[in-house]
Amino acid sequence: MVTPPLRPAALPPAGLPGLDPAWSRLVRAPDSAGVQRTWHLLDTAPGAGEDDVAGTLVCVHGNPTWSYLWRHLAAAASAAARPWRVVAVDQLEMGFSERTGVHRTLTQRTRDLANVLDALELTGPVVAVGQDWGGIVVTGWAAEQLERERGGAGRHRANGGEARLAGLVVANTAASYPADAPPPGALRAALLPGVLPLVTRRAEVFLRTTLALPKPALDVRVRDAYRAPYRTADDRAGIEDFVADVPVGHDHPSRPALDAVTAGVDRLREAGLPALVLWGPRDPVFGEGFLRDWRRRLPGADVHRLAGASHLTPEDPRFAPVVLDWLGARLEGAAPPVTTGTAAATGLGAPRLWAALEERSEDEGPAVVEVRPDGTSRAIGWSLLARRTRELAAGLEDLGVRPGQRVSLLVPPGADLTAALYAVLRVGAVAVVADAGLGVRGLTRAVTASGVDWVIGVPKALAAARALRWPGRRVAAGPVSDAVLRATGAEATLLDVAERGQNRLAGGAALPAEPAGDAEGAVLFTSGSTGPAKGVVYTHAQLAGLAVAMGAVIRTGPGHPLVSAFAPFALFGPALGATCVVPAMDVTKPATLTATALADAVAASGATSAFLSPAAVVNVLATADDLDERRREALAGVRVLLSAGAPVPTPLLQRVRELMPLADPRTPYGATEVLPATDVSLSDVLEAGEGEGTCVGRPVPGVVVGIAPLDADGAAGDDVVAAPGVTGEVVVGGEHVKDHYDQLWATHAASVRVRPSEELTRAVGAGRWHRTGDVGHLDDAGRVWIEGRLAHVVVTADEVVTPVGVEQRAESVDGIARAALVGVGPRGARQLVVVAEAETAVTGPVGRTTVAPPALSRRVRHATGRNLAAVLLVPALPTDVRHNSKIDRVRVAAWAERVLAGEKAGRLA
Amino acid sequence: MKVLVTGASGMLGRETALALARRGEDVRVLQRRPAGLDGVEEVLGSVADAAALERACAGVDAVVHLAAKVSITGPHEEYVETNVRGTERLLAAARAAGASRFVMVSSPSVAHGGSALVGVGTTPADPSAAHGSYAVTKAQAELLALAADAPGFAVVAVRPHIVIGPGDTQLVQRIADRARAGRLPLLDDGTALIDTTYVDNAVDALVAALDRAEDVHGQAFVVTNGEPRTVAEWLASICEAAGVPAPARRVPSAVAKVAGSVVERAWTGLRVADEPPMTRFLAEQLSTAHWFEQRRTREALRWEPRVPLEEGFRRLAAGFEPR
Repeated sequence: MVTPPLRPAALPPAGLPGLDPAWSRLVRAPDSAGVQRTWHLLDTAPGAGEDDVAGTLVCVHGNPTWSYLWRHLAAAASAAARPWRVVAVDQLEMGFSERTGVHRTLTQRTRDLANVLDALELTGPVVAVGQDWGGIVVTGWAAEQLERERGGAGRHRANGGEARLAGLVVANTAASYPADAPPPGALRAALLPGVLPLVTRRAEVFLRTTLALPKPALDVRVRDAYRAPYRTADDRAGIEDFVADVPVGHDHPSRPALDAVTAGVDRLREAGLPALVLWGPRDPVFGEGFLRDWRRRLPGADVHRLAGASHLTPEDPRFAPVVLDWLGARLEGAAPPVTTGTAAATGLGAPRLWAALEERSEDEGPAVVEVRPDGTSRAIGWSLLARRTRELAAGLEDLGVRPGQRVSLLVPPGADLTAALYAVLRVGAVAVVADAGLGVRGLTRAVTASGVDWVIGVPKALAAARALRWPGRRVAAGPVSDAVLRATGAEATLLDVAERGQNRLAGGAALPAEPAGDAEGAVLFTSGSTGPAKGVVYTHAQLAGLAVAMGAVIRTGPGHPLVSAFAPFALFGPALGATCVVPAMDVTKPATLTATALADAVAASGATSAFLSPAAVVNVLATADDLDERRREALAGVRVLLSAGAPVPTPLLQRVRELMPLADPRTPYGATEVLPATDVSLSDVLEAGEGEGTCVGRPVPGVVVGIAPLDADGAAGDDVVAAPGVTGEVVVGGEHVKDHYDQLWATHAASVRVRPSEELTRAVGAGRWHRTGDVGHLDDAGRVWIEGRLAHVVVTADEVVTPVGVEQRAESVDGIARAALVGVGPRGARQLVVVAEAETAVTGPVGRTTVAPPALSRRVRHATGRNLAAVLLVPALPTDVRHNSKIDRVRVAAWAERVLAGEKAGRLA
Repeated sequence: MKVLVTGASGMLGRETALALARRGEDVRVLQRRPAGLDGVEEVLGSVADAAALERACAGVDAVVHLAAKVSITGPHEEYVETNVRGTERLLAAARAAGASRFVMVSSPSVAHGGSALVGVGTTPADPSAAHGSYAVTKAQAELLALAADAPGFAVVAVRPHIVIGPGDTQLVQRIADRARAGRLPLLDDGTALIDTTYVDNAVDALVAALDRAEDVHGQAFVVTNGEPRTVAEWLASICEAAGVPAPARRVPSAVAKVAGSVVERAWTGLRVADEPPMTRFLAEQLSTAHWFEQRRTREALRWEPRVPLEEGFRRLAAGFEPR
């Protein structure tokens, strides 16, 4: 049967950016109706056998794009050490494939795809890859292919080979689409009667809108390339038909086909097909709800969110590397293997976090002491805390909180938070802990990204949750009026929840079964000082192990009350049986802790230990003169003083010791991924003396520290050694290391990609490894020295330079308050530059960048031993929000690059 | 080895001739006025004079060509005559005399316009990109010289960038004089990085180029100390060495470029002897970065700068002291 095409298939014009003309082929095959049609497709290795390539990626575009969408993946897959063949099809009516005039439904599209792929006689492993509605088409095809393989209907080729479905990669697409759901926001207007043909076919509105989604914007030549096959209204008829095929409502003709695809997803899950879900979170069409749906339907899938990316995910420069990384790890068994998703069975020996609480249910002694600004306090006993936790657990279950659901807790430290947290853990839900130090935007991103099902928060937090459209049902903490409850959209207060629980327990109901040790327990967010905050997942067992490790470092436990002015650490107190004292302060702003408030907290509880953030230490010292004799005496009784989160300068610690002469101030080193890693006291620091970087002491019990040496390009490889004097990335191993990053498969894979020496492998035992992203070295005495961030290492023509040691020596020069070492210029010719906050005596006009005078520049060069191209003095260096101490050297470097090129660069911070 | 050094009245030419003589070479110099160098044979004349060039080249094995019209104003034709035709004539005379090596002393400005240069390598001379008569004609001259490279006649182009040293009347003295008179502004904040070369290092590089000519012929090399500094620090260091106050007045570079451009044209039209207070060229030089990648140069010439910039400024200061 021959039907003349409205527009025959054609090869794309030459010169489209990034598209190799050699990839383009025209292929003839019957369409779903049996009519011979011609497809345009990209094929990077036509006729390649299983010896030539690792397999084939079958890539399907959505609407209104074409196979051009896959050019980055095609290039990267071709360039891989073991290449993958990329076959990217232009669907009929789309791209440079034939215009037939047929309105194609989802069923037809899926069958069209199967037919053209049959014509290619693919052999070996095949991975289905799709974005937007192409993801739905290719998922449908994959499910059918699975059935064919099972039925033994795999077509035997002339060459004896056979295609085998090996994986699924989907990006910003749907696994299901409820019939009663409204169309995605961006499509709603387009689907109004009469509007559709106007915006899709007659004008280029839909096309141009889609192409405007990526951030940063696509190059105009790339946008033109996308538009190339859609010049005329007739060319664009397929775009209109594709949108019209979105099955909105129960009666849409493609509804059964879409439901069949959803059923296919279930079959793919049952078959254990390896899957990767890649997501651009800034997508107005396929939003977070679609990602949650994928995670629900394919719980075993690896998920990677590309922070900042939009709808056209394959345009993001990180897309192709993540896909190839994943193919290597999951389908080619690339060594070393990576662990994700499932926890190693570690920490199982430690009791669950709530065990200590339950043991003390008869204990009337104080569990949590909240100190008020006037110095008076409120003590909550163990028995009350234990009872309240049980009631909340029962009430939360009654409300509908289920194991595995995620619960964001936005409650200030104190008894309420403690009870709510332990209740959430007890029912098997996952506590999401992100503190206000991230700022509202960072917090919104964190809560949204972690896909929370519930938000428990104070009214202010719930109001933000509502205004910023955070997901999840809401529960209000604290005394809340009905009006406030309504205004925040909360369905209950914690008090209501506790009452419900009380009633249930009184009625003889038991608490739900305890969660398994390897189930997810908590998602803790990093500070975000090095890019968007990442969610760090710990299992219940790992949390228990973490509490034990923290207890050993804090030296707290029954009979050793702890004053905690650093939110995350207050939470482990109850697990350790230690009384937790919350001083009067705004815990979201550590610098609000005064010496008086700290002394009152110590006096109220007879505490012997205190845990402060570095900013709190600074303010306590600054307000020490306000202490009266009684409070001075109270502080003098503190025996253990810890500060963590950022380095604390030695002179400050020496002043702390003047206030607390019995304490040897300690500054454990760690990260959200490994809390704690090493521990060091002031006397250890003084004993260690001068060295390259900051001495952070020796590994805490259960932790092993190794170094991945830097090469001549300043990069750290996979090998990890324990040799002293070698500078490289600091790699930490231990049983309380994070389980994985939340929905950041590639980030996690990179963070555990290590080849430790035999010695280290023996030492770490059952522990897991984590690359910290810090650089440093070990000394002969086994101490760890931190020299900066890996991303801040500068490679000049002559050497690889780590920043911290150079900065410390620069700061020893009179006139320099705080310094950042950065590099400017191209690779191979890079020059070192110090950008510094000056002591006022040497600064020029306020707010101006000043080149240090020759004499000061010389002194800094001599002190640092480096031939610095420039010493620039600025009013302020950019630092992290949480600690105001971690310098954003990447930003400083970019700024210095412009300033030293003679360009206008604006203010640095 | 008998070596001819042209342009020995300038600092770099003089020091190069003396360095070669100290090494035991048989050195002859060519310039218009007596240079008065000990142990060096002198031929008086200009590169415009074919007969003088024939005399100067007689019997030489090698030529180091520094003679040029170096300025920022004046009629273009004068630059062409000295820099382009002069080089052409010298190349012919040197080849006729049987010389086998020719070091063409050029300038990084032959390859670049007014854009910022940040750690760039040595790229080919480009008269169409170069700004100003000096750079344009030096670019043409360098292309002529490298085109003359042939078996038995090894040509190397060396481009020292901003040479400073004691007794330099070209740059250091002018900066000091202007600063003393309060006529030296900082453009913007003076934060652009520039490369400079201490004279001894430039001399070493020219001698190295002479020695390595057989192996690296046909190529050009930018030569600097490899220690870029901000314009502000560099000018302040010169002022410090000269014992005069550092510039404190700031002028926006855009204003300076426009003003410089106007003044440049007016000055050329007036044909006055003194140099204008600001030219577009100077404004560009003092407000945009220009520093260079040096690894290739150092490896090819097997040369390293012996005198670090800091030591160079100390020697500069010592040179000012008797005044």
